[in-house]
Amino acid sequence: MSDPVLRIENLRIALPEGADRDYAVDDVSFELNAGEILCIVGESGSGKSMSANAMMGLLPDLVRPVGGSILFDGVDLLTLSEAQLLDLRGRRIAMIFQEPMSALNPLMRVEDQIAEVFEAHNLLTAKERSARAIALLTEVGIPDPEKAARAYPFQLSGGQRQRVMIAMALALEPEILIADEPTTALDVTTQAQILELIRNLQEKHGMAVMFITHDFGVVAEIADRVAVMQYGRIVETGSADAVLDDPQHDYTRKLIAAIPKLATDREQDAIGRQKVLEVEGLSKTYVTGGGLFGGNKRVVKAVQNVSLTLAEGETLGIVGESGSGKSSVGRCLVRLMAPDAGTVRLAGQDMAKLSGRALREARKSIQMIFQDPYASLNPRSKVGRIIAEGPMAHGVPKAEAYARAVELLELVDLDALSIDRYPHEFSGGQRQRIGIARALALEPRVIIADEAVSALDVSIQAQVLDLLAELKEKLNLALIFITHDLRVAAQICDRIAVMQMGEVVEMGPARAIFENPQNAYTRTLIEAIPGREKELAAAG
Amino acid sequence: MLRFILMRLGKAVIILIAILILNFFLIHAAPGDPAAVMAGEAGAADEKFIADLRARFGLDKPLLTQLGIYLGGVLQFDLGFSYRQQMPVADLIFSRLPATLLLTMTAFVISLLLGTLAGVLASARVGKWSDTLISTLALLFYATPLFWAALMAVLLFSVTLNWLPGFGYETVGANYTGFRRVLDIGQHLILPATTLGLFFMAVYMRMTRASMLEVSQLDFVKTARAKGLRSGIIQRRHIFRNAMLPVVTLAGLQAGQLVGGAVLTETVFAWPGIGRLMFEALAQRDYNVLLGVFFISSAMVLLFNLITDILYRFVDPRIRVG
Repeated sequence: MSDPVLRIENLRIALPEGADRDYAVDDVSFELNAGEILCIVGESGSGKSMSANAMMGLLPDLVRPVGGSILFDGVDLLTLSEAQLLDLRGRRIAMIFQEPMSALNPLMRVEDQIAEVFEAHNLLTAKERSARAIALLTEVGIPDPEKAARAYPFQLSGGQRQRVMIAMALALEPEILIADEPTTALDVTTQAQILELIRNLQEKHGMAVMFITHDFGVVAEIADRVAVMQYGRIVETGSADAVLDDPQHDYTRKLIAAIPKLATDREQDAIGRQKVLEVEGLSKTYVTGGGLFGGNKRVVKAVQNVSLTLAEGETLGIVGESGSGKSSVGRCLVRLMAPDAGTVRLAGQDMAKLSGRALREARKSIQMIFQDPYASLNPRSKVGRIIAEGPMAHGVPKAEAYARAVELLELVDLDALSIDRYPHEFSGGQRQRIGIARALALEPRVIIADEAVSALDVSIQAQVLDLLAELKEKLNLALIFITHDLRVAAQICDRIAVMQMGEVVEMGPARAIFENPQNAYTRTLIEAIPGREKELAAAG
Repeated sequence: MLRFILMRLGKAVIILIAILILNFFLIHAAPGDPAAVMAGEAGAADEKFIADLRARFGLDKPLLTQLGIYLGGVLQFDLGFSYRQQMPVADLIFSRLPATLLLTMTAFVISLLLGTLAGVLASARVGKWSDTLISTLALLFYATPLFWAALMAVLLFSVTLNWLPGFGYETVGANYTGFRRVLDIGQHLILPATTLGLFFMAVYMRMTRASMLEVSQLDFVKTARAKGLRSGIIQRRHIFRNAMLPVVTLAGLQAGQLVGGAVLTETVFAWPGIGRLMFEALAQRDYNVLLGVFFISSAMVLLFNLITDILYRFVDPRIRVG
C-alpha cells in the first residue's frame, strides 16, 4: 500500500433540525490509499453516503459539514469554492450511483452524456469526444459500443447502464472513484459482472475506490479494507479478511450474523402432508400494442406452463432474476390477474376459474405480502382499519374485527396501541409486520410473500424472516416465498423453484438445489452469489 | 411514423362523425328552431308561416332523414347553408377564422412563453420573494373568471386610463392601410389576447415550476453535477428539457382550443371571430352554423392532439423508439 490519496479527519456533518440525530456523520476519520478498494459498510441511515457526498461537495441543501477536514492532494476539500469543486468533480474524483435506471438522463443519447464529461472540463473537440466515448464503452465491455453510443438509456439493460456510468466516471482517469451501492439494484449475475469490472479497472488504472455498500457479501468479493458505520460513526476498520473473519465490534458481529447463510439443512419433509395448493400448467402472456388499428404488437410470455404443489406447513421458494416471471406467478395465484391457462387448485377449488362471490370467498384462503413496505399500506388509513378491513369486507362485525386486529398486532410483536396510528409513524420493518398482520387477518391457508424482505436492512430482514418462520409453525401456514435473493431462499425455504424467462427450470428440496444444482442456469445463479466463495472456504 | 399518423387519422375520422351525430341530436333537443325564431322576429308567428319556413329549410322531414342529408353533405365537404345569414356555412366560418386564429394564437404564444419563463424563474428562486410573487400571481390568474378579468381589463386600460382600445378588431371608419393598419389591429389585440391567455399562463407557471423542482431532485441531475458541469448547463440541458414534457401535453390541450375556446373573450371584446359567430348562431338556433363551428373546432382538437403526440415523439425518445 502506498500513501493515502485522501484523508478524512474528524469529519462531522450536521443534519437539519428535527432529524432523528444531530449529526449524519460524527467524528469520522479514515484514509483512502492509492490502488485499494475501501468498502464503507452500514445499514440505511448510517451516514455512509454522506461522507462521499461531502468529498464531492454534493451534500443536500440543509446538510452541511461543521467540523473536521477532507484532505486531498494537500488541500482541504471542505474549504474549496464552487468553482474549484467544479474543476475537481469528474476529473479527479468521479462517482457512480445506485440506480442505473435513473442516473442517466432519459432524453440524451449515451454518447452525448459521456462527451459531457470532457465538455465540462473544456477538453477535446466534439469529434474526439465521441471517439473517446466509444473507446470508453469498449473498455467497460458493452457489446456493440458504436450502437450503444447512439442509444438512449432506456434501450439498455440495467447492467449496461451501470457500465455506461462507469465509462463516464473513468473518462478523465480520476484518482478516486466513489461507488455508492453500484450493484444493489442489479440482478445477482449482473452484479457479479459489474463487481469484476470495477475490480479490473481499478487494478488497470490504479485508482483508489471508495465502495459504499450494505451487503457483506459484496464486501467479501471486492474489498481490500473495510470501515463499518453505525449511526454516523465508524465502529470498526480493518482489512477485509480481519473484519469478516474476526469482527471486533458487537455491531459488526451482529450484522455478519444476520446475513442469511447459504448452507441449508432443509430437506423435503412434506411427503404425506396434505396438499393445500396444486398448480398445473399455469401460463400468462402479456400483449401490448395491437388493437383495432394494428400497431406493433409485443408479446411477453411471462409465465409458461408452470406446475407446482404446496403442502401444509411447507415453504416453497420461487427464485429468479428480474423478468423471470416469478412475481407474475404470485399474482396469478392470488388472482390479482387471471392466468391464460392452467389450474390453481386451492382446497379443492380451481381459483383460476372462479369469479364474483365465489372468488371473493376463496381469496380469504390465499393472501399476499408485498415488497415495498412504504407503498403497500394506505397512508390515509390507521393501522387498525388496514388490518380489520379485510375481515369486515367478509362480514365480520366491526368490534370483532378490531379486537382481532389487536391480537394480530401482538402476534407480529407490535404494540396494541398501534391500531390508532398511521403507517408513516412506523419504520420499514414495522410496516412489513403490519403487512403480515393484514395478510393473517383473513386466516389464510396460503401466504404469498413477494420479495417481502428485499427492501429491508439485513438486521431487520433477519427479524422479519424469523417472525415468518415462527408464524408458519404456529398457524400451520403454507408459504410461497418469491425472492431474487438466494441467501434468503436458502434460509427460509424447504423447496425451491428456479425460474428463468417464464419457466421453472429446476425445482427440488433446498439442500439439493444448493449443493447439487442440475440446471446450468441454477449453477450460474448460485455461483454469482456475492461472498459465496469466502463462505465455502470458511466452512472448509 | 407514417403508419402511426395514418392510423391516428383513421381514428380521428370515426371520432369526428360520432361527435357530429351527438351534436346533431343535442342541438335538436333544445327547444325552438330557426323557423320559430325567425317568425318571432318577423312578428308573424302564425302556424302556416312557420310551417312554410320549416318546409323551406327541410326541418319538416324526420330527424334521421335530416341527419342523413347533413352527414351526406359533410362527407362531400359541404357544411350546409345558413338560411339565417343567407350564406354557405363554410364561407361564413372561413370569413371569421382569421380573426379568431390571430387572437387565440397570440394568446397561446403569450401564455406559453411568459408562463414557462416565469415558472423557470420561480423554480430557480424557490422560497425567495420573487418565487412568492410569481406563485401568487399564478394563483390569481388561475382563480379569476375570464369574463371578470376581461371586463376589469377594459375598465382599467381602456375606459379609465385610455391606453388601449377596449373592443373591436380595428378602428371603425379609420380605413388604415399597410403598416398603420397592422399597428391598429395589434393595439386592439393586446387586451383580449392577454386576458384569454391568463388562465393558461398560470397553468404553465405552476406546471413548469413544479416540474423543474421535481426533475432537479432526480438522480441524473446528481450525475451531471458529479461530472463537474456548470449549473447553468445542468439547468438548461438536463432539468429544463425533462421538465418540459408535461408542459408539452398541456400546450397541446390549449392549442386544441384555438378555434372554439374564445367565445367569452370574443363576446366581451366584440371581436369578430368564430366565438361570436357561435354565440349568435346559438341565440338564433341556426343549426347548420352551430354544427359547422362545432365540427371545425372538434377537428382542431383532434388535429392538435395528433400534433402533440407527434411532437412528443420528438421530445421523448422513449416514446419514439419504444
